Amino acid sequence: MPSKTHVQTTINGEQVDFLCEPRQSLLEVLRDVIGLTGSKEGCNDGNCGACTVEFDGRIVTSCLVLGVEAEGKEMTTIEGIASGSTLHPVQAAFLEGAALQCGICTPGFIVASKALLEQNPNPTEHDIRFWLANNLCRCTGYDKIVRAVQDAAVRMQEA
Amino acid sequence: MATAEYERNVVLSTKEYDVVGTRPVRPDGSDKVTGRALYGADFKASGLLHGKVLRSPHAHARIKSIDTSKAEAHPGVLAVVTNKDLPGGVDADVRDLQRNVLAADKALYRGHSIAALAARSPHEAEEAIALIKVDYEVLPAVLTVQEAMAEGASILHDDLRTAEGGATGDKPTNVAEHFRHDLGDIEKGFAESDVVVEREFYTATVHQGYIEPQVASALWNTDGRVHVWCSTQGSFTVRDEVSKVLGLSESMVRVTPMEIGGGFGGKIPSYIEPVCAVLSKKSGHPVKIVMTRQEVFEGTGPTPGSHIKVKVGADSQGNLKSAHAYLAYEAGGFKGAPVGAGSQCILAAYAIPNQAIDGYDVVVNKPKSQAYRAPGATNAAFAMESVVSEVAEKLGMDPVDIRLKNASKEGTRRADGPSFPRIGCEEVLQAMRDHPHYSAPLDGPNQGRGVSIGYWFNVGFKSTCAISVNHDGTINLVEGSTDIGGSRASIGMQAAEVLGIAAEDVRPTVVDTDSVGYTDVTGGSRTTYTTGWAAHIAAEDVKRQMVERAALIWDVDPESLEMEKGVTRSKTDTELNMTFKELAAQLADTGGTILGNGSLDGGGMGAGGGSFAGNIVDVEVDPETGKVTVLRFTAVQDAGKAIHPSYVEGQMQGGSVQGIGWALNEEYYMNDDGAMTNSSLLDYRMPTSLDLPMIDTVIVEVPSPSHPFGVRGVGEANIVPPPAAIAHAIHNATGVWMDRLPMKPATVMEADWSK
Repeated sequence: MPSKTHVQTTINGEQVDFLCEPRQSLLEVLRDVIGLTGSKEGCNDGNCGACTVEFDGRIVTSCLVLGVEAEGKEMTTIEGIASGSTLHPVQAAFLEGAALQCGICTPGFIVASKALLEQNPNPTEHDIRFWLANNLCRCTGYDKIVRAVQDAAVRMQEA
Repeated sequence: MATAEYERNVVLSTKEYDVVGTRPVRPDGSDKVTGRALYGADFKASGLLHGKVLRSPHAHARIKSIDTSKAEAHPGVLAVVTNKDLPGGVDADVRDLQRNVLAADKALYRGHSIAALAARSPHEAEEAIALIKVDYEVLPAVLTVQEAMAEGASILHDDLRTAEGGATGDKPTNVAEHFRHDLGDIEKGFAESDVVVEREFYTATVHQGYIEPQVASALWNTDGRVHVWCSTQGSFTVRDEVSKVLGLSESMVRVTPMEIGGGFGGKIPSYIEPVCAVLSKKSGHPVKIVMTRQEVFEGTGPTPGSHIKVKVGADSQGNLKSAHAYLAYEAGGFKGAPVGAGSQCILAAYAIPNQAIDGYDVVVNKPKSQAYRAPGATNAAFAMESVVSEVAEKLGMDPVDIRLKNASKEGTRRADGPSFPRIGCEEVLQAMRDHPHYSAPLDGPNQGRGVSIGYWFNVGFKSTCAISVNHDGTINLVEGSTDIGGSRASIGMQAAEVLGIAAEDVRPTVVDTDSVGYTDVTGGSRTTYTTGWAAHIAAEDVKRQMVERAALIWDVDPESLEMEKGVTRSKTDTELNMTFKELAAQLADTGGTILGNGSLDGGGMGAGGGSFAGNIVDVEVDPETGKVTVLRFTAVQDAGKAIHPSYVEGQMQGGSVQGIGWALNEEYYMNDDGAMTNSSLLDYRMPTSLDLPMIDTVIVEVPSPSHPFGVRGVGEANIVPPPAAIAHAIHNATGVWMDRLPMKPATVMEADWSK
């Protein structure tokens, strides 16, 4: 077994130390080493977006980042989106707008949508569709997801 | 394109209720927007090992030997298994199941499971799997029904004979079955026709494309019982299959369904569940296997590619007089393509006096085909609906009008035997004709509009629910239908409606197979229908007992009481009344908890009449590249009664988009050796948000005559019409009739050049 590397990083505002093998992806570390299983694996090659996390201010598919690359970085996962027991407006909009069916892609969509609205508070339908094209959903046909992001934009401006 | 000024999602409601028809937040929603919901891959157990499957690199090969010694010697490996570890002496269907989960003497498709091992980490499992040596004798592969049915074709199963009209063929073949349905006299019908259109169609193999790969964990315990945790559409189906494959009595297997990340029919069958179990038995540890995306494409159920011929005759007034359909579907490595269902659906939308349907179930060197949302019906509708649109054009008729003129209705008999009860085929077509989209002008050159209709059954089958009343006036509802897209809500709401309580006062839970009565798969558009019906029965049982309890408390005859909208009251004494909450609070001191049960067999394939769905679609075809862009899409479907309209719309939108992907992009792209060359989510091109417009919906409500709320299952019919509607729209944009799926740019250009 390859020797493990000590990594110190910040996840959802908390400092986290972990040991991982150089070959382990950030997704594997999050899920199997740290126990944050909210990020999902759909393809392990960066094409489905279910493992999307915010990583040093941009969104990445965590299956394409190595665990050791987290050293000194800050990241937000789906577990860090809500404030305590209060849902983020994006989460509330997805929930109330029936923008999920099976829910496996939902963590990735919520992380990506929040990042979009923080950069662009008034996205057009095209902006939303373009931004979310890296996240696959097979259940909803995207209609209610696009509406939920539009709704979340309104909620965030009212907040 | 400018946004039209109309309501994008419409419910044409025929009956109103208090809870049914409203849009509450789903009970499992909070866990799913916060990342807390536990799916199959999130399962953990003490001492859990990680399994890996070795898969055939060849589409067709004899397995001469398997040498596992080096893998067994790997320090991280605790168990290795092959087909030899499964019990023999089973009947033929179970033998096929066993041979699909672990191949015996032959690999029948690239990706076929050959051997498996369990190791301490997934990485060690991956290292060790490469140490298993298999000696193959590579055989020629047949990849399409045309190849497999040709004279001299390479034979997959030496013992397969064609079943045909109650008899069995006498020579080796790849055709497992040929059947025929007849109604009237087709030759007489064609002779009476003024217009006859005969066309031939080919559709590609496609995948369900759920985002969560198959995953399972199993523990073979020291007491001899097997516990499986998996992502499945049917926990009892897994129990049945695992127990048969392992030679155990069904109650020796317990299946706990984890949250499931999509299935669409593809997560009905077992693949890795029994493999995890035998690895667990050998190693003494629980074992988990998570498939990679490539394994999902190469080793799990695609839905069949097909070859379909349709001939339709009509008189000058547009009355369809005769139809003959030929359907040959890929079964994959083992018999059992959904050609039976495709045959029952292909002409189902029309009352045609003379019909004949020939169906062929053909084995080919691809993964065993599985259900995919209205299995078999989408291929069939692409062919039939394209021909109906062409007949309409030849007669100068409006394409919706010709469908309305010939639409199936109550009493219409299908060629396969049954007559329809009350159905909503005409109402769906009327809603299409009346929709502003249908009369809106197109926006520019190279654009066209198309329509289509499709049918899918509402399977009944068996479901069980149990309800217990909490002292605070809420209820716990226990059910066995795995929730693939919001069915906890639609089932709970039906119980709430009966009991006159709020949807939020129902706590629905999907439990394991030890904890609830037998419940069939979440599939066949049956869950909201039959399990909802079981919840209705269980709620009625609770209601009856609540009234009896009130009678005991008030010391009156139960017959003198009634419960309406949650309030139990005397029919004669207005002083005597209690709300559901007040009565629930008294249960503990008046005899204890009330438990209501509901269990039923909701019938077979045609239960409730089934659902029709129709589409209006506008496309633009790029004349330079052949790329088709969907500009506007309207989905219409008969829901009988929409319990939770948001999730009905969601089914319609999701099914429509899967149909769009099937129409325009998706296919197993095979090389000559039978290897899929696009087995990733980059190259197997499912629709993204950027490929699509909003999907507008019209929910039509023609209540099913059998269900207490008139529900018709809505999960599937919506995928059926899109390919034909898009083909019709491409025709109206370019003048060419498309005859194959997918209608990718190269195919559209080729058709355009050869017109």
